Amino acid sequence: MILSHPSRNRPAAGPAGPAAPARRAFVVHGTRLLLGAGCAILVAHPATAAARLDFDELYAKVTVLGLTFSDKVKSLDGQIVTMRGFMAPPLKAEANFFVLTEIPMSICPFCSSDSDWPDNIVVIYLDRAQTFAQANAPIDATGRLEVGSWTDPATGFVSLLRLVGASFSKV
Amino acid sequence: MRILAAVLAATTCLIGVANAANVFPIDRATILAGSAFDFKVEFAGVVKAEDVSITINGEPAAKILGKDVAFIAKEEGVDASAVLLRAAKVIKPGLYTVEVKAGNDTKTVHWDVYGTPDTPKAKNIIFFLGDGMSVAHRTGARLLSKGMTEGKADGRLAMDDLDHMAFIGTSSTNAIATDSANTMSAHMTGHKTAVNALGVYADRTKDPLDDPRVENVTEALARTGRKSVGIVTTAEVEDATPAAVVAHTRLRDRKAEIVEMMFALKPEVVLGGGSAYFLPKSTPGSKRKDDQDFIKAFTEAGYSLATDAGALQAVGQANAGKILGLFHTGNMDSVLDRKFLKKGTVNKFPDQPGLVDMTKVALAQLAKNPDGFFLMVEGATIDKMSHPMDWDRALYDTIEFDQALRVAMDFAKEHPDTLVVATPDHTHGVSIIGTIDDDKPGEDMREKVGVYAAAGFPNYTDADGDGYPDKVDVSRRLAVFANNFPDYYETWQPKMNGPFDPAIKNEKGEYVANAAYKDAPGAVLRIGNIPRSTDTAVHAVDDGILQASGPGSEAFKGYLEESDVYRVLVEAFALAPAQK
Repeated sequence: MILSHPSRNRPAAGPAGPAAPARRAFVVHGTRLLLGAGCAILVAHPATAAARLDFDELYAKVTVLGLTFSDKVKSLDGQIVTMRGFMAPPLKAEANFFVLTEIPMSICPFCSSDSDWPDNIVVIYLDRAQTFAQANAPIDATGRLEVGSWTDPATGFVSLLRLVGASFSKV
Repeated sequence: MRILAAVLAATTCLIGVANAANVFPIDRATILAGSAFDFKVEFAGVVKAEDVSITINGEPAAKILGKDVAFIAKEEGVDASAVLLRAAKVIKPGLYTVEVKAGNDTKTVHWDVYGTPDTPKAKNIIFFLGDGMSVAHRTGARLLSKGMTEGKADGRLAMDDLDHMAFIGTSSTNAIATDSANTMSAHMTGHKTAVNALGVYADRTKDPLDDPRVENVTEALARTGRKSVGIVTTAEVEDATPAAVVAHTRLRDRKAEIVEMMFALKPEVVLGGGSAYFLPKSTPGSKRKDDQDFIKAFTEAGYSLATDAGALQAVGQANAGKILGLFHTGNMDSVLDRKFLKKGTVNKFPDQPGLVDMTKVALAQLAKNPDGFFLMVEGATIDKMSHPMDWDRALYDTIEFDQALRVAMDFAKEHPDTLVVATPDHTHGVSIIGTIDDDKPGEDMREKVGVYAAAGFPNYTDADGDGYPDKVDVSRRLAVFANNFPDYYETWQPKMNGPFDPAIKNEKGEYVANAAYKDAPGAVLRIGNIPRSTDTAVHAVDDGILQASGPGSEAFKGYLEESDVYRVLVEAFALAPAQK
């Protein structure tokens, strides 16, 4: 999988397969790095260091008539970024995408008809299917940032911000 | 062995019943004469068209229903036949016996088609819906807002002075338990239905937009006259309660389609949250999956748009025609956050109007129609804050609901041809059991709960006379508990940093106590008593209490099914006078 030639219209998603339990493969700009779980990318490869992006930096303006992406988001479009948040309960236990939220989700919009996603979610497309992580603790997700509305053809899920070819680790 | 045999027999018997044909409207349906409804028969298996016989009071169905039924040899995704007639009508009031037959598959149901007096009693109806509002919410709002001395309330809520009341049975067609969709649907159509359904009976096909429809109040008013309709809520305007005023869908979460249905009926005033479903998907913040722009569609259809409290006042004073007010992308914040704590999403949407201001603008606009109006006002956040057991927010919102009701009752004083109704859609399992007194000795919060005589009285104050306690986190406050809950940390304190989030889902799909509250001083883990798949406290099956004043309100008494409430409304409006 070559991440330096991404398609804007198709988030990269690797072949489904079980994740290595203790060690996790990160693919950053074509370089395959094997890292111990929880080990920071920044230390291992400063030249391709992922920029940090926080939830409160996503939007410059939030109004009834729409949100406006921040300059930081716009400038990081297509770059590798790391975001810290919580993994929302996924569609199924093992999936190649999940929703990253600012605070832990007490509701499950996938399973309840009375709930809705927060405005400021980021959808994480993993480079491979992985199992769900404990929602009570934050995670760091790292991948290439995609900005703009996109509808997942498999699920119909519409997202505005995505990290594609991503991996995650517990903080 | 004998027990097993008995169980098997019972099971077989149940299957036998389930295999009979289903008829919609269901047995014992009450139907407004002349109202449009879809007639559907679902046979248990595939049958031949020539074997099907449907009579109503012994006559061919088409003669009574106004049109012939269509036979469906095999329904989509179902290995069985059906009969369907969209927009049927029964004009003449009376009892009807519907007999359906196809071979051995037979079913008989009875309908009560009712007319109304020829002359309206009321020109206007203001229907206040306190979502989830239970007895404890009323008592708590009175204690917080008015205070109490030596066991007597120091003041009365607006709803305390409504003249008539009834106990309302809130159950759904498929369970004793219920939700805000099917309950409000019963209020707004006169038909009970299944949990999550709005303006339809729940059929067996998968499509949530094809179920047999029944007429709602907005359609009934459009069919019979020129009254205006207003919808005011603190939730998303496409949330279940406001949706029930306009929508037809098996699933309340089809919010994008609900906005389309709202646009099709064009209520004169729509105020609340939920703009995300009005925005085309290309606009960041949209929750639509298509490119339809309903902000544009509504404004092009002549609506004045307001997106904050200031603009709402301006639009209200501008003598505008129709008004669309959307003040949040999602649900609006609770009044405790909006007016006092500035938590929740108030930093993003700092100028949201409250229910009182929205009610005032809606009434001023609707009252311009010489033919009268129907206004639905929902105190949505009472329920939204009761689910996570954030009782302080739920009670503050009950106060706001009551203050908005006061505006409506004042309007009715000036316009005595106005029927005012205040009711919940369903209740919550919540009670006030005493006080929590921080000044009692020790660290163990449980021992600071005052019960019986030790409860004393809370020490809330209202120095500014705005009807809300000046401070929510007083030292001796109400002890309010749910009778059902997921695992959660009881903190014994108002949630000063934002609405309570008691439980979150773990990797096994189970809701576990949210660790964010673990270290709050005095917090204790309470192990839940509802299934681990349930995220928050649930609705109660307990009756709701409806109260009302004005012309027609005397019909609210004793026990009524929620579907009977609609009959009182349409009788007050005389929507089915005798055919001359």
